[in-house]
Amino acid sequence: MHIELEKRAAMSPAFSILSPLLALALTLVFGAIMFAMLGKDPVAAMSAIFVEPLLETWSLHELAIKAAPLILMGVGLAVCYRSNNWNIGAEGQFTIGAITGSYLPIVFYDWHSPLVLPLMLLLGALGGALFAAIPAMLKAHFNTNEILTSLMLVYIAQLFLDWLIRGAWRDPKGFNFPVSRDFAPEAVLPAIWEESGRAHWAFIFAIVAAGLTWFMMRYTLKGFEITVLGQSERAGRFAGFSSKKMIWFGFLFSGALAGLAGICEVSGSINHLQPAISPGYGFTAIIVAFLGRLNPLGIVASGLVLGLTYLGGEAAQLSIGVSDKVTRVFQGLLLFFVLSCDTLIYYKIRITWTRMRGGVA
Amino acid sequence: MTLSEDAVAMPLLSVRGLTKLFGSFAACSHIDLDIAGGEIHALLGENGAGKSTLVKMLFGVLQPSAGQIVWQGKTVTIGSPGEARKLGVGMVFQHFSLFEALTVGENIALSLDPKISLAQISDEAASLSKAYGLPLDPKAHVADLSVGERQRIEIVRALLQNPKLIILDEPTSVLTPQEADRLFETLFKLRDEGRSVLYISHRLEEVRRICDRATVLRHGKVTGACDPRQETPASLARMMVGSDIAEVHRESVQPGEVRLDVADLSVPASTPFGVSLKNITMKVRAGEILAIAGVAGNGQGELFDILSGEHTVPENDAVQIRGRAVGEIGINGRRLMGASFVPEERHGHGAVTGMPLSDNLLLARNQSDRRAFLGGGLFSIIRHASVRSATQRVCAEMDVRKSGEDPAAGALSGGNLQKFIVGRELDRQPALLVVNQPTWGVDAGAASRIRQALIDLARAGSAVVVISQDLDEIFEVATNIAVISEGQLSDPYPAGTLTMERIGLLMGGVHERHSGSEVAHAHRA
Repeated sequence: MHIELEKRAAMSPAFSILSPLLALALTLVFGAIMFAMLGKDPVAAMSAIFVEPLLETWSLHELAIKAAPLILMGVGLAVCYRSNNWNIGAEGQFTIGAITGSYLPIVFYDWHSPLVLPLMLLLGALGGALFAAIPAMLKAHFNTNEILTSLMLVYIAQLFLDWLIRGAWRDPKGFNFPVSRDFAPEAVLPAIWEESGRAHWAFIFAIVAAGLTWFMMRYTLKGFEITVLGQSERAGRFAGFSSKKMIWFGFLFSGALAGLAGICEVSGSINHLQPAISPGYGFTAIIVAFLGRLNPLGIVASGLVLGLTYLGGEAAQLSIGVSDKVTRVFQGLLLFFVLSCDTLIYYKIRITWTRMRGGVA
Repeated sequence: MTLSEDAVAMPLLSVRGLTKLFGSFAACSHIDLDIAGGEIHALLGENGAGKSTLVKMLFGVLQPSAGQIVWQGKTVTIGSPGEARKLGVGMVFQHFSLFEALTVGENIALSLDPKISLAQISDEAASLSKAYGLPLDPKAHVADLSVGERQRIEIVRALLQNPKLIILDEPTSVLTPQEADRLFETLFKLRDEGRSVLYISHRLEEVRRICDRATVLRHGKVTGACDPRQETPASLARMMVGSDIAEVHRESVQPGEVRLDVADLSVPASTPFGVSLKNITMKVRAGEILAIAGVAGNGQGELFDILSGEHTVPENDAVQIRGRAVGEIGINGRRLMGASFVPEERHGHGAVTGMPLSDNLLLARNQSDRRAFLGGGLFSIIRHASVRSATQRVCAEMDVRKSGEDPAAGALSGGNLQKFIVGRELDRQPALLVVNQPTWGVDAGAASRIRQALIDLARAGSAVVVISQDLDEIFEVATNIAVISEGQLSDPYPAGTLTMERIGLLMGGVHERHSGSEVAHAHRA
């Protein structure tokens, strides 16, 4: 018996929808096997991770909080990836966005005005975009590999944040702990529904960004330009589109959304700056983008799924006593299966049973 | 090795009921084919007839869905090109697989057993190439070689395996008439040694000239097997397309105003392997078709990019469209002045393979037809409905055969996609059309339709520039002919005053220009 991959005449629309679901199912199966091998009851473990967080109101709020930055960044990255530009540094743009957005509430802490919050969001988006402009500029002018530059800039951003918090921006009344001053109430992103729980406006921003981006990709010339340049630079030039400008657009767009996610997270969930502000949202957003088929609406769904792995990981730590690294394992499994299941969109598997061949021993 | 009497009478290769399905589509359906030892066998067919699929199965690139391949009396399964080579099947592909930065010897060594030394391979290749009249220097870099020479590498590479059957896929489509003649001599020599050649082509004259037998395919089925020498081109064409091909008609019109004017433009090569353009000068008037002949790789692509504005030049006045300087203006700016462009490469340049036809219509016309196709002011919202109806109009006008309402460009056969791409531009009724290799790799039916459309466009008062390697095509459509060679463009000659041979000489480039005094004189003039 041998297994053959046969190229399909055209991509299969059924499998482009089925593939992420199949990947999800395989992840669950392999997760269960992993727990069984650890000596845990797989059914109980899987339910603790993937079902229980969905049963209580407070944890649904947590899910919205975790999903918001993933969706915001995933949507930005999807546009960037569609245009064939590979921004791997959303985590760094998220961090820089958090820093620039925090400039007002930390440096001008006694300025109280309703303008503070909108300005913070604007500065956050601007900071993320400017930080993403570095790999964009390097790629557009020096043909540098953007995957490497954007990734390396992540560590620069994180160390810069660390340096700020331990130095200039450390809270003078913070007993030398590496944290900034707490944000004033008008610098805090409000909850969507105060009485019910703490989920804040970042989730609304994420949904709006996904909707608008979906519209852009589907109905506007800009979306068309992004898709064309992503599939063939040469054809894009024939259409009069500039791939250089697209590098800038892709990076600035994804950088701005990552920066916005960063300031939303700091302002809405943490309320001050600290050395660790993200459990790897920027990298997880890459998985979110691919699991969502680089489609903004799909990304809303995949952002919620990946958000759940964070919550589930925390829950697993408490209820079944495994490390919260289990989150990472699930995310890794998921990305692996998504990418492999994507093969089925373009190929079909044919299993050939050994045939009798006359005269050949 | 001695062959038994039986084996001699038996065909070298016979194929029985060979079928290849892609999904439910049968690219090849129940093909029967016999190739005897020591014959040149033609495989004729339009694009999309299944020729490539058939030979890919014979060479082990694709696996048949059903049917048998019998090699020297034994049923065989050819699982990979390696197995095909071991059996004694060699193949020269239409698109060469050579590394430009490596030498001839290194390129050949790559496809052989890694244990054999490079020096040994180079020696063998050199002696072999001499023996077959295919002179090659094993130390030359591929980047420096002409297309004809590159093809020789592929042929020598195949011959080094001592094959009993050599498959050649459209070998002359890239050659000058003189180079083609040389190739034919090599093929005759191979045949005289008892080797067989499977010769894929849609050039009927050629097939009649060199092939002993022909098998004709249409829509994946064998529609005829004949001795091509007993047939006329017209009867062969009928077997290929199933109906008589419309002959191209043309009448000349009085040339009008100058639509395209290029004055003494030199452009350095943009890549190490590119061609630099030298002192290009040309004028094309309304009603004229200027054909630019030349062997591939002599600057045609670069010239097209300059004319289309995909590559802008700092000398703004050097290129003028309808009297306006456009050197620094990009492709959409030029389209807005009424110019239209059809590039050589369909996949990934003239069209995006994975996108539907309607998107591919928008690709070329997103600015020139802004008013019809875009709405919503600054947001530029695409009016999908009107783009789609324009797409249907183009498809109907050019008889583009497709499956479904709006299929992906990649799902169309080469000829149909080219008809669509040309039709997309004609639909605008451009004042100037620049087209590079309008019928490259396109079947006879589609080619004659496209050529007729170009002639009709000129007759309606447009200026047309046709860059082509196909001399038959050039004589069919051109009012004036110029030749490009090593980035230099000759003066235009009225089509009636040139012969095939003379163009062949001009295409051969500089040294002929020095030796042929008559031609040199024409250049100075």
